Amino acid sequence: MPATAHYLDHAATTPMLPEAVAAVTAALAETGNPSSLHASGRRARRQVEESREQTAACLGARPAEVVLTSGGTEADNLAVKGLYWSRQGSDPRRRRILVSAVEHHAVLDPAAWLQAHDGAQVELLPVDSDGRLRVDALADAIARDPHDVALVSCMWANNEVGALQPVADVVALAHEHGIPVHSDAVQAVNTVPVDFGASGLDAMTVTGHKIGGPVGSGALLVRRELPLVPLLHGGGQERDLRSGTLDVASVRGLAVAIACAGEHRAALSEHLRSLRDDMEARVVDSVADVRVNARLDRLPGTSHLTFAGCDGDALLMLLDARGVECSTGSACSAGVPQPSHVLLAMGRDERAAAGSLRVSLGRTSTAADTDAFVAAIVPAVERARAAGLAAARP
Amino acid sequence: MRVLAAMSGGVDSAVAAARAVDAGHRVTGVHLALSRTPAAMRSGSRGCCSREDADDARRVADLLDIPFYVWDVSERFQSDVVDDFVAEYAAGRTPNPCIRCNERIKFAAVLDRALALGFDAVVTGHYARRLDTTAGPELHRAVDSAKDQSYVLAVLRPEQLAHAMFPLGGTPKSEVRAEAAQRGLAVAAKPDSHDICFVADGDTRGFLRRALGDRPGRFVDESGATVGTHDGSYGFTVGQRRGLRLGTPAADGEARYVLDIEPVSRTVTVGRRESLASRVVDADAPVWCTAEPPPTFPAHVQLRAHGEPLPASVAVDGQRLTARLERPAYGVAAGQTLVVYERTRVVGSATVVVPAGRAAATVPPSSR
Repeated sequence: MPATAHYLDHAATTPMLPEAVAAVTAALAETGNPSSLHASGRRARRQVEESREQTAACLGARPAEVVLTSGGTEADNLAVKGLYWSRQGSDPRRRRILVSAVEHHAVLDPAAWLQAHDGAQVELLPVDSDGRLRVDALADAIARDPHDVALVSCMWANNEVGALQPVADVVALAHEHGIPVHSDAVQAVNTVPVDFGASGLDAMTVTGHKIGGPVGSGALLVRRELPLVPLLHGGGQERDLRSGTLDVASVRGLAVAIACAGEHRAALSEHLRSLRDDMEARVVDSVADVRVNARLDRLPGTSHLTFAGCDGDALLMLLDARGVECSTGSACSAGVPQPSHVLLAMGRDERAAAGSLRVSLGRTSTAADTDAFVAAIVPAVERARAAGLAAARP
Repeated sequence: MRVLAAMSGGVDSAVAAARAVDAGHRVTGVHLALSRTPAAMRSGSRGCCSREDADDARRVADLLDIPFYVWDVSERFQSDVVDDFVAEYAAGRTPNPCIRCNERIKFAAVLDRALALGFDAVVTGHYARRLDTTAGPELHRAVDSAKDQSYVLAVLRPEQLAHAMFPLGGTPKSEVRAEAAQRGLAVAAKPDSHDICFVADGDTRGFLRRALGDRPGRFVDESGATVGTHDGSYGFTVGQRRGLRLGTPAADGEARYVLDIEPVSRTVTVGRRESLASRVVDADAPVWCTAEPPPTFPAHVQLRAHGEPLPASVAVDGQRLTARLERPAYGVAAGQTLVVYERTRVVGSATVVVPAGRAAATVPPSSR
């Protein structure tokens, strides 16, 4: 293994910002439960509330709309289940959950769970070949019976292929019938302007560790007047919507990371786009039969490539051996790569889905990293194609 | 060398991988996923196929500081091992799925892929020895005769053997466990796996019934008279005595054994133990681990994984191998693997067809 790895998996997690590390470590040295009434508690509470205000300001939300969570998965679960139970509770007809077919599993799986255990009907809305939700399909689904839709969830940007979603159109369509809309904006915040208030969304998920904050920090932004049923019951710390002693250090780290993201967004976006486009052009030039996915409208740091006749896991291994770290972007079961539901929804077959790689760039990426990828991918594809043929032999 | 260590999550493959690292090889660990939807936790005597086992393998790889991946071989395993196992039983034969897995998965699909990806060899935790001679690599029994697994490797051809490494063949199992503990591997105390890994509860008959459904048929004695009925001939193996549940007791009061299984008419012939004796065993499609042997030669043959080696004269004629045994073998079944040994060396193997010594005693299917 080379001494210095070329880390090209920023969509999985990205290095913490030095500012966030400093904020977290400073907070860890302090004592105080934000719910306590004494001086230590008050100091902690002040840290939390200032962080909440900072977070809200950077995302176009009001402080009271920030429900702090343990990360994106909890926020998505709270949005999907909390909204379903609340909407269904006030009108039992509302059983349909409309979600794009390319949502993260943190949205798809709670929806599927509600279908299996709680009477929900989940409809997966199709996407086009570039991974964008088909707004016409959403319109049809709502029009079939607007009164029985409990919620719509559509991510801001896809975590695998990077496709940006037509969130504004979704909100406009759903709000015609008073249907609340949730969006998982976990992948978008770093490089795309995200304004919760302006978006018209009813709920939105953010997380710290995709933008230089700590793992285990996140929030669900929820419109003040939107009722939600909580998942975690206890002390009722977060508007009675979420219980558990607030983690001051995480909350600080999240706020600092979100503030930094806002400050550097435009420059970072430009930097990543130029690195990525240059890298992609060279890959397309030097490797035969490669397809760039979701090219139409996507995150600037994401490059999702399909190499015909390759196994993605073989490519990962060969690149890893040369110190180049990326991902297939799709979920595993016990480490067994599963065909990506995102690529399948985009109309690719299982073979193409299996032969894909996600290269995701971030704040610390340099031309040396993308050069290393270009240098490593050519022999890796050659090898993986030969191995694919070997494995296909009867 | 760049070597790929197949890591099941058990103690043997863990120590084998560790020894390959110590020997100076560049080792990459791979856990073979045999199912796309593995169970979360280990159950019963299985020791290889759950997520817990994959996690155990990963922990060992982390400790050895080697890269680790999971390879999905579930489709090949299903078609080449599981479906084959069911089809063989349905056809009245007695297969050994571990041999099939070595022959078609570990030292074929996985080895081919490894070589194509730039590896030089596959290392496993099998108890067997590869000895390199001027004639090429030879496969030998392990020094721990109780753990010897050369039988299930006897299907390897020279070109497969040349790319196989078995670091445990010279060590007794007890020492392997002690070494695992001394290396700090958490799997040191993990129980051995036995039974068939894809039959979760160890109930092979139940597994076959789920795969094949009820196929009722008759038990007949050696005269052809019906002595009972059964739910499916696949539930029996030649030589089986227990669990026959015959309706009528034998006239002589002696225990009865399965002598023959005829899957088309679903007839299971039962009879006395003496009728199970075979002095001549015919087998097909021989595979030689090193060089092809002379047309006839003295050897020992073994018919089961932990069976006794029987002295024999072996004759080879193209695709047919005939073993003439010095003393009879009991319960030889079609589909079994006959492995030929010369002292500790594995000469090769072949698949048993209807044992010739018994063929005359069995009733032709048409007359039943």
